[in-house]
Amino acid sequence: MPTGEWTAGDFIRRHSDTLLPNWVRHQRDSTSLRRDLISDRDLEQQSKQFLSLLPEAMRNGHTPDVNGPEWNSVRELLAEISQTRARLGFSPSETATFVFSLKQPIFEALRRDLKTDPERLAIETWNTTMLLDQLGLYTTEVHRKGRDEVIARQQEEMLELSTPVVKLWEGILALPLIGTLDSARTQIVMENLLQMIVETGAGIAIIDITGVPTVDTLVAQHLLKTVAAARLMGAECIISGIRPQIAQTIVHLGVELQDVVTKATLADAFAVALERLNLTVASRRAGVA
Amino acid sequence: MERIPILKMGDSLLVSIQVDMHDRLAMTLQEDLTNRIAETRARGVLIDISALEIVDSFIGRMLANIAGMASVLDASTVVVGMRPAVAITLVELGLSLPGVRTALNVEKGMELIGRNGNSRAH
Repeated sequence: MPTGEWTAGDFIRRHSDTLLPNWVRHQRDSTSLRRDLISDRDLEQQSKQFLSLLPEAMRNGHTPDVNGPEWNSVRELLAEISQTRARLGFSPSETATFVFSLKQPIFEALRRDLKTDPERLAIETWNTTMLLDQLGLYTTEVHRKGRDEVIARQQEEMLELSTPVVKLWEGILALPLIGTLDSARTQIVMENLLQMIVETGAGIAIIDITGVPTVDTLVAQHLLKTVAAARLMGAECIISGIRPQIAQTIVHLGVELQDVVTKATLADAFAVALERLNLTVASRRAGVA
Repeated sequence: MERIPILKMGDSLLVSIQVDMHDRLAMTLQEDLTNRIAETRARGVLIDISALEIVDSFIGRMLANIAGMASVLDASTVVVGMRPAVAITLVELGLSLPGVRTALNVEKGMELIGRNGNSRAH
């Protein structure tokens, strides 16, 4: 039994030599540790860092408020660990287990240390539980944030990938649409198309919807808006790539596409566009003969 | 008072809007243009709005009105050089100007008017 003021920070520092191997063993034995994703060396390294930072933070703040400035270094470490694990493919609970699994070794050590003072033991056990719970939840939060960032970035990349405007011929643009059209995408598609019309001075734009899985009233409305905007700038739009099912849906829904030229395939639309520009495609052999 | 100049080229009228349109100016233009069409017996009106950056529903409706009035006076209207942002705004406002013909630039607009004039002469 140590003399003088007993503090949790001192306690952890004194016992860190035994706590670390115990904790690492607990983590390894735990079913939720993904041995396939993280090496033993990394695990031990992370555990060691956490145990060395923890007493420092606990000494400063008596009340376990993990959002305080004295916990900055611990939070930074946990955030880094969570983000790394999120990228490696850990689930949130698997990540939080890193902190929660520390409970058992600490409780064991507490029991040995405060054998003679049952009341103190109960209080310290409760305090430790509170603290580790908060830290565990914090890792979950960071983990989720990391995932959200990944999703947001992927969405952005998809938007960039899926709205190319290509020049088919002098004066003819094509816009192959892939994926579902929502308001945000339509806006980007429309802006890209109109910008390209200005840059190339193209008089005809072919919107190909072969890659659009379903066309409902909303998607049709978005398409019509794009066509109307292009017309206002002085370019004509042709919609191509309408599959038989989509043709049926459009008629069943009562969508009016009468003012727009529609074709079944991009090739048909291209033929129409060439005709508008008074161009023809001729076979070379026929030309020679 | 500020006015937008209306130029006569052959049997068509050319209007180039180079300043920000406000409502009074739009009304004045509408009046001046109808008078000039009647005076010169123009067959085509070309409105260049390539410098116009901001439109609201009033200006949009004014364009449609001018086209309607011109067609009553037997002249066809072509609006040219609309900017992408303006086109998107008009569509979002529900003003797709169905009666107005459009072209990418003045050159193509004049071609459109010329073609129309020829077909009428025959």
